[in-house]
Amino acid sequence: MAVTIDLSRDAPIAPPPYPPTGAEEGRAARGYWAGVGRRVVRDPVALAAALVIIVIVFAAILAPWLGLADPYRGSMLRRLRPIADAVYRLGSDELGRDMLSRLVYGGRLSLLMGVLPVVFAFSAGSAIGIVAGFVGGWVNTAIMRTVDVFYAFPSVLLAIALSGALGAGIFNAIVSLTIVFTPPIARVAESVTTQIRTRDYVEAARVSGAGPLAIIRVHVLGNVLGPIFVYATSLISVSLILASGLSFLGLGSKPPEPEWGLMLNTLRTAIYVQPLVAALPGAMIFITSIAFNLLSDGLRSAMEVR
Amino acid sequence: MSADEIVDVEGLTVDFLGGAKPLRAVAGVDLTLRSGETLALLGESGSGKSVTLRALMRLLPERRAIIGGRLRVDGQDVRALSNRDLSAYRGRTIAMIFQEPGLALDPVYRLGDQIAEAVMRHDGVSRRAGRARALELFERVRIPSAAQRLDNYAHEMSGGMRQRAMIALALACRPKVLLADEPTTALDATVQIQVLLLLRELQRELGLAVIFVTHDVGVAIEIADQIAVMYAGRIVETGGCRDVIRAPAHPYTAGLLASRTGRASSMGARLPVIPGAPPDMENLPPGCAFAPRCKRAQSLCERGDPPDVSVGPAHRARCFLTSALLAALPASGP
Amino acid sequence: MEALGERAHAAQSSPSPLVGEGRGGGSGSCGTAVPPLPTPTPDPSPQGGGEKRGPAQPLLSVRSLVKHFGGRRSFSGRSIRGAVHAVDGVSFDVAKGQTLGIVGESGCGKSTLARLIMQIIPADAGEFLFDGEVVGTHALDLVAYRREVQMVFQDSYASLNPRLTVEETVAFAPRVHGLSRRAAIARAHDLIFRVGLDPKRFAARYPHELSGGQRQRVNIARALALQPRLVILDEAVSALDKSVEAQVLNLLIDLKSEFGLTYVFISHDLNVVRFMSDRVLVMYLGKVVELGPSEVLLGAPRHPYTMALLASMPSMDPDRRTTEAPLFGDPPSPIDPPSGCRFHTRCKFAAPVCAATEPVLAEIGPAHRAACFLAMPGSGHPQAGPIA
Repeated sequence: MAVTIDLSRDAPIAPPPYPPTGAEEGRAARGYWAGVGRRVVRDPVALAAALVIIVIVFAAILAPWLGLADPYRGSMLRRLRPIADAVYRLGSDELGRDMLSRLVYGGRLSLLMGVLPVVFAFSAGSAIGIVAGFVGGWVNTAIMRTVDVFYAFPSVLLAIALSGALGAGIFNAIVSLTIVFTPPIARVAESVTTQIRTRDYVEAARVSGAGPLAIIRVHVLGNVLGPIFVYATSLISVSLILASGLSFLGLGSKPPEPEWGLMLNTLRTAIYVQPLVAALPGAMIFITSIAFNLLSDGLRSAMEVR
Repeated sequence: MSADEIVDVEGLTVDFLGGAKPLRAVAGVDLTLRSGETLALLGESGSGKSVTLRALMRLLPERRAIIGGRLRVDGQDVRALSNRDLSAYRGRTIAMIFQEPGLALDPVYRLGDQIAEAVMRHDGVSRRAGRARALELFERVRIPSAAQRLDNYAHEMSGGMRQRAMIALALACRPKVLLADEPTTALDATVQIQVLLLLRELQRELGLAVIFVTHDVGVAIEIADQIAVMYAGRIVETGGCRDVIRAPAHPYTAGLLASRTGRASSMGARLPVIPGAPPDMENLPPGCAFAPRCKRAQSLCERGDPPDVSVGPAHRARCFLTSALLAALPASGP
Repeated sequence: MEALGERAHAAQSSPSPLVGEGRGGGSGSCGTAVPPLPTPTPDPSPQGGGEKRGPAQPLLSVRSLVKHFGGRRSFSGRSIRGAVHAVDGVSFDVAKGQTLGIVGESGCGKSTLARLIMQIIPADAGEFLFDGEVVGTHALDLVAYRREVQMVFQDSYASLNPRLTVEETVAFAPRVHGLSRRAAIARAHDLIFRVGLDPKRFAARYPHELSGGQRQRVNIARALALQPRLVILDEAVSALDKSVEAQVLNLLIDLKSEFGLTYVFISHDLNVVRFMSDRVLVMYLGKVVELGPSEVLLGAPRHPYTMALLASMPSMDPDRRTTEAPLFGDPPSPIDPPSGCRFHTRCKFAAPVCAATEPVLAEIGPAHRAACFLAMPGSGHPQAGPIA
């Protein structure tokens, strides 16, 4: 089969030729996020991390239906049983409650207090940062220097101070953590937006007469939210640890609610009696926060590939 | 390999690992070069010319790039060099200048110090001797006020001066072969011609063998004794500069020469073009890689790799349709 | 907004011969009716200013444009030192249907000039007249001007939003100006076809899936989406491979005649400029040094810088290689430029008068102007002829 190409374009009305060059045939358009998802799935570390998170999250959500013991029911006779006990699969805590069930139920509160603040901070921080980055000038300076004031405090101290001021309780802990995480996200948002703002395609959009809102909506948001999102997911592990820390200090959730940080606190005294059992909530915090970190890293590498 | 061939490459292949399957960026390149000669590697993006150049200095990432074939420079087998010999080889035997001088010039050191350090390391002389040689080199590459310029940083010099400084650095240890990877592409026209003339002059004085990679036919004409045209990882035509420019034997070369704006007969007339785009190296068509874009493609072009045939004295082309067959075809073309 | 609708209606009532016939896929891949792109005819302006919009009126007139960047005021506040004199008093006209080529090297100000024409950056001084109307007044406000003038950038990758498909990118501007989504997409498909890409295969692609030449075609389609009359091409083909460059240049020529466009073509490559342009303007350090018909200017240049530029082009003949560089050194920086004629520091023909006074851009031939004492008889330059 001879390949012939008509080069003559004497009549300008004739449609231009489309010679096949191999690469252009049969390549369906792939969405950007579909491509990211595909790359994450192919990364074994990120995939493992994602699976761990999915297991923990689903276990937490479906806890009542998993046939676990009552997490609130204690037994003074069967306190501090070791792991692989006949009755309690992961041992029992200082009030005789089943550790396995308390860990699974504890995931609910811990995850909530870990993830929600980041979600709220993502919305607030992105809004602040994108506005500052896009408008530029003195507005940017005013906003970002205010943000810098908060950023100057170490996050743990700030969380404790805010929690102390607001009072103990889950809701207050979530609020204080949101305030802790908004400045770093706003900073990242502002920096990314400032980079995007000077790109040629934003200039081209301005030149076609679009107003700032249309430009932000169509051109800026799509390119900016991705990197901010990746940064925010890396904050989840920190948030988890901070939330647990707040509960450990008595500033977050209150007994008898199962929550990993709180469990660490109450099991402190048992560390010489049943060290492994006492360390279990800490292990859960550790595993969950590493999983989020690895998933966030995997997302970042998947998004970097052009 | 004859006695004064300083570069002898045969069957060079470079495969990049890391994708779904290995990507063959260079698929069998043969080059020979004598001292005092300049070879222009002419090609577009994706043709493999920069990869070929970097393979000659083993600048490709060790684990990701697999080099095959015979690669001899100044009698040494480049692929077999140990790391220590490789260090001595780079700079002493062979040196490279890049498109972006920023790639070779360290921004935090003064230029004179960078050259002196290279000289000290290779020749084992004192710092003062190194600085003296740096001054000599700066004067050689015609940098005005050479003594003061030695103490400049890279960002304090203009583009053309930086390029000259990079040439000075490359020549510091008296290499026998100079590789140039599009060194003038980013320069203004008036500066480009100065650098090209400088390279020609230096080559004459020092007896260098130069391999010059470019995508600009005019630059190749100005600088080259030999031209090798690359397409899709292969050399499709090679010969003396005059022969290749006046009587191109490969349709790709002919197309490149015909589509130059400088040759347009009248303003507004349409340029004869090569349709389509450079091929995707991951999905090369069977047979001749240029066949999908070639006006004279026949069915046999898709069946196998075209052989390397001689079309004149020291003039070879990789095409099924050599002159004898071409004469038999009906007239076609622009 | 209403002008776009007006044009579409006008075209639908009198279909252009260039649209419809002879084009199999001309109605767009989705089969809906495309708001056709009309034949270029002089619009009947609401004010009825017949002579303002006639064919003899230059489409773009630029007068004494000045743009300086940065710089610090001296202690007395009277002078500014260290300012970049990017554009320093540039004036020229672009006639309708013509291509004006602008050449110069780095630091000459051509990119700044492009941005000034596009009103992306504000000028420090000077005036723009588009088809006789001053830009910025209520007769021709910025929004209306933006519809008439569009730009194609050099970096084909950076000028496309990586998160938008090709059709979304091209349809963005019409949507902003009020076209419905379906109509905008249909127009986008039509334009994508006209720039030589098959909408069925390319409309839903992302920029990273296109080659450099294809991306540049998309940029051209985007620039044409608002049916502008003037298109500025800022080094639009410089980053492309030579074979692809030839294709895109052919495309630009076709589009110019199909849509009745006027081009301002900025490039550093003299061959390309000669091929594309009717008139050529040569810039050096923010000033116009020579302006004239391309055949005359490039065949027999009168300004020493133009001569040097022409002589610097690589030879096309292996037997006649360049033996001497016409200029030495790099183009100087536009910060604090030399006194008098800015080129005198590198000029072979420099004379004392060149350092003392700045030459004016003066007529030296029919429609040919140069700013050089050598070319002006009676200027005081020892080699200039006497006044005839």
